[in-house]
Amino acid sequence: MIEISHVNKWYTPSFQVLTDCTTSVTKGEVVVVCGPSGSGKSTLIKCVNALEPFQSGDISVDGTKVNDPKTNLPKLRSRVGMVFQHFELFPHLKIIDNLCLAQQKVLGRSSDKAVTKGMMLLDRVGLKEQAQKFPAQLSGGQQQRVAIARALAMDPIVMLFDEPTSALDPEMVSEVLDVMVDLAHEGMTMMVVTHEMGFARKVANRVIFMDRGEIVEDAAKDDFFGKPRSDRAQKFLSKILSH
Amino acid sequence: MFGNLDFDVIRRALPYLFYEGMTFTLTLTGLAALGGLVFGTALALMRLSGLKLLGRIAGVYVDFMRSLPLVLVIFWFYFLVPYIGQWVTGASRPISVGAFASSLITFIMFEAAYFSEIMRAGIQSISRGQPAAASALGLTYAQTMRYVVLPQAFRNMLPVLITQTIVLFQDTSLVYVLSITDFLGAASKVAQRDGRLVEMYLFAAVVYFTISCIASFGVRRLQARIAIIR
Repeated sequence: MIEISHVNKWYTPSFQVLTDCTTSVTKGEVVVVCGPSGSGKSTLIKCVNALEPFQSGDISVDGTKVNDPKTNLPKLRSRVGMVFQHFELFPHLKIIDNLCLAQQKVLGRSSDKAVTKGMMLLDRVGLKEQAQKFPAQLSGGQQQRVAIARALAMDPIVMLFDEPTSALDPEMVSEVLDVMVDLAHEGMTMMVVTHEMGFARKVANRVIFMDRGEIVEDAAKDDFFGKPRSDRAQKFLSKILSH
Repeated sequence: MFGNLDFDVIRRALPYLFYEGMTFTLTLTGLAALGGLVFGTALALMRLSGLKLLGRIAGVYVDFMRSLPLVLVIFWFYFLVPYIGQWVTGASRPISVGAFASSLITFIMFEAAYFSEIMRAGIQSISRGQPAAASALGLTYAQTMRYVVLPQAFRNMLPVLITQTIVLFQDTSLVYVLSITDFLGAASKVAQRDGRLVEMYLFAAVVYFTISCIASFGVRRLQARIAIIR
């Protein structure tokens, strides 16, 4: 579904943010990307739907090359759902309109269809009653669930999550993770940047560990948590699992 | 010295002052603000487009307009537009545009320079995650601007935009250099005809002051409301 091969990204030749990253996500797979801050994991996931440009290498999604100038990027992105660390709901639109905007303007759905679909998804994330409110009236956890519903409204073939729980108060983390776990169980293809190792243990098929712009470890979940091969991954795991 | 003032002259001139003068002033203010906002937003988008040439053109235009006194621009434009029109259309004679059209074009072009800086600040006040989220949903650049960035920028900047429009409302009185009958022009004509300079100019000042004051008060209430919504 996602093929990433030999991707390099740098701002200046001496400031390299991604170095020769190669990995893939197959259909129905849940891949968790972790690593210390500044390791390039968010940058890598943003390269997948071309929100970040990269200098060399190739990324393709469902057979479409994202770094090909001839690719219709808006069309490709409409099929790749993305959830951001800071939710990024549109504050001037009601919750239901946040879900309908792209359905109508990008997919050309009628207002009725978009609203029906939007309400169904809001119901699914448990926020049907909030449809007529504005984003600022919701808690962080609720906003992030709306953001997930907004991405799902486009019927994506794959979902990207960029640290979806990092900006949340601790008591709201689980309500968002629950939605993501459900999604994973339904067979959604997911690439998730997160520090939530509990989530990784529960639903991930594979775990990618990144450090200083490199993919240091790319292993099946049990191998990664059982016996990480690299020192850096061991140190990282011992730090975040010790408390 | 105020003993022999005749304020009744104001009452007699009221219909003329408001039907002719104020109507013109408000029409010019409204249309110029609208046109200036549209043209100014286009300039702001050019400057933020990342295309160097477009940005430079818009930047030079804004700096140029902001370095000239408005009254000079009005004056020059009135005399130049007929010749520019002649040059553009290839007519054999300078094209007559009329004082209203000429002054409207002038104000739109002049105000656009100021509105563009306001809109530029407004667009830059939107966090970069917003256009990123819009792109990620598949919206094109134009759709992102139209449905996500500009509505928020406009809302954030509304108080400043209205304040600028109040300044514009007062500045429209400068069309007197083209002997147009705006509100001040009308008051001035009555003042000269009846020899009642003090009364008429005093009254004109009171009217400008009152309208601007009410508008400023409205802006402050609006600011309070926007602060709650956010």
